[in-house]
Amino acid sequence: MTTETNNSAVEFTPDRLEKANEIIARYPEGKQKSALLPLLHLLQEQEGWTSPEGMDYVARMLDIQPIEVYEVATFYTMYHINPVGKHVIEYCRTGPCCLMGGEEVYSHLKQRLGIETGQTTVDGQFTLKEVECLAACGMGPVFQVREKYYMHLTNERVDEIIDELSK
Amino acid sequence: MAIKILTEHINVPGIESFDVYRKQGGYTAVEKAIKTMTPDAIVEEVKKAGVRGRGGAGFPMGMKWSFLAKPEGVPRYLVCNADESEPGTFKDHYLMKNIPHLLIEGMIISSFALGANKSFIYVRGELMYVIHILEKAIAEAKAKGFLGKNILGSGYDLELVVQPGGGAYICGEETALLESLEGKRGNPRNKPPFPAVKGLYQSPTVVNNVESIATTAWIVNNGGDAYAAVGIGRSTGTKLISASGHINKPGVYEIELGVPVEDFIYADEWCGGIRTGHKFKALVAGGSSVPILPANLALTLANGEKRLMSYESLSDGGFATGTMLGSGGFIVFDETSCIVRNTWNFSRFYHHESCGQCSPCREGTGWMEKVLHRIEYGHGHQQDIDLLVDVSKKIEGNTICPLGDAAAWPVASAIRHFRDEFQWHIDHPSEATQPGAVYKGEMALV
Repeated sequence: MTTETNNSAVEFTPDRLEKANEIIARYPEGKQKSALLPLLHLLQEQEGWTSPEGMDYVARMLDIQPIEVYEVATFYTMYHINPVGKHVIEYCRTGPCCLMGGEEVYSHLKQRLGIETGQTTVDGQFTLKEVECLAACGMGPVFQVREKYYMHLTNERVDEIIDELSK
Repeated sequence: MAIKILTEHINVPGIESFDVYRKQGGYTAVEKAIKTMTPDAIVEEVKKAGVRGRGGAGFPMGMKWSFLAKPEGVPRYLVCNADESEPGTFKDHYLMKNIPHLLIEGMIISSFALGANKSFIYVRGELMYVIHILEKAIAEAKAKGFLGKNILGSGYDLELVVQPGGGAYICGEETALLESLEGKRGNPRNKPPFPAVKGLYQSPTVVNNVESIATTAWIVNNGGDAYAAVGIGRSTGTKLISASGHINKPGVYEIELGVPVEDFIYADEWCGGIRTGHKFKALVAGGSSVPILPANLALTLANGEKRLMSYESLSDGGFATGTMLGSGGFIVFDETSCIVRNTWNFSRFYHHESCGQCSPCREGTGWMEKVLHRIEYGHGHQQDIDLLVDVSKKIEGNTICPLGDAAAWPVASAIRHFRDEFQWHIDHPSEATQPGAVYKGEMALV
């Protein structure tokens, strides 16, 4: 997807701005760059992804160079550096989940959504991502949508969850 | 009844709230520590307890504390490593989610012992809901005077900050974690200097795992000697084991160190046996990094004695016949599991998570993944097994941080113990790539 050039500047909503200032104040004098990861989470929560405009906004807020934000956003897997669908399904592909049938359930999920890993459904509802271990191995297979963990997945359970989220 | 140091009250309804936790004896250790003990006395008790780092490395916690430099006028930091990401490990997740105040209490005691006035809990970003739970617990503790300025009228101040990660396994390495906490990419630092001298913001810093810090409440209440009396030999105390895979009862169990591996797998109290109708094939005892063992070696030492859940017994025999306790990520494989596929899966993990700083790891992890992929998908070459061994040896020990070793060991050990299975994939590609096909040759199933 191309970046819209006439995009109006990104700014935090008043309550998020308050939260951002509270986060920045947590660190010792002169160490405000420590707020970068939390602020990128806040940006993504608001915008759905870490857009270039949003990253520049965060850079200005922390008085650091934009490149310092880009290099961080691209290093960590949680930040979406491209636009995503309304629900991002982050599916665990690591060993312990696979032992519990994770690969079979994943095939079903891809079929159900009609997309492959990294793609977004045409209606913009779902983006599918594969992630590594989510620290819930005893409850696998597992995927995550925003903050919520969905565990003990089966084909039937996946259908129910997709139906629920589609409403 | 087995002793529970961390999880005795974990099933009490409402234990996540301050009031219920307090009613169960919570925060008495903070009172005892701050009102009646000196920081050095607490360090002494933790040393006596002999508790070893529960994140995976097993380094004695009291010793780590005693290395902390204390230059005048320079702040010191305690950072809790809650970046739990080692495949097979979900104990810190379980502990923080269910009994957050145990970690908060441990953080207060540990910070006081180390002379830190601002401490951090670095939680993997995926666990945002746990971060909210911890922040709520911190607010409650602060409202009750256990955090903030002048704790319990002692003049001691402490502020706790919960920091989210961004999704990177490497940030579980302590210097990568500190880089990340400073708002940078998680590239591990060259050592020395060690964090105890130059850590967070170039100040003296101790980094400890969640489970390690959580033990301090019990140690303060009961004494280091009492803690050391639990467990076996130099493996003192209890350990949280995250059990997953082909067992009847996956979950997190607190065990006294020294329980036989066989009992842990088969007793109803713990894993409840291999899932019904199946046989035990292999074990990864301490998270994906540690060497995989075939069933017979997992249960018994080379001399025929029972292998125990302890640092020493699990590593008995070195890598020839042993493994490591690691993080306690206990992954059980039954006879339906393909070792080649699992090894490829783990290799993909390490390739994905390599930070890219050191060439042996950056290039080697990708190379191993590629070779394992072609073996698994029926395109293996005869020389591939030796190639994998060679690449793994060239990664091991040649990187800034232990991720290189962690990537090399699963591959080297899978080949060491399951070489015939790899060879079968190479020799019989059409058979090996059938859906659900698994090597049925000679091996020690239990």
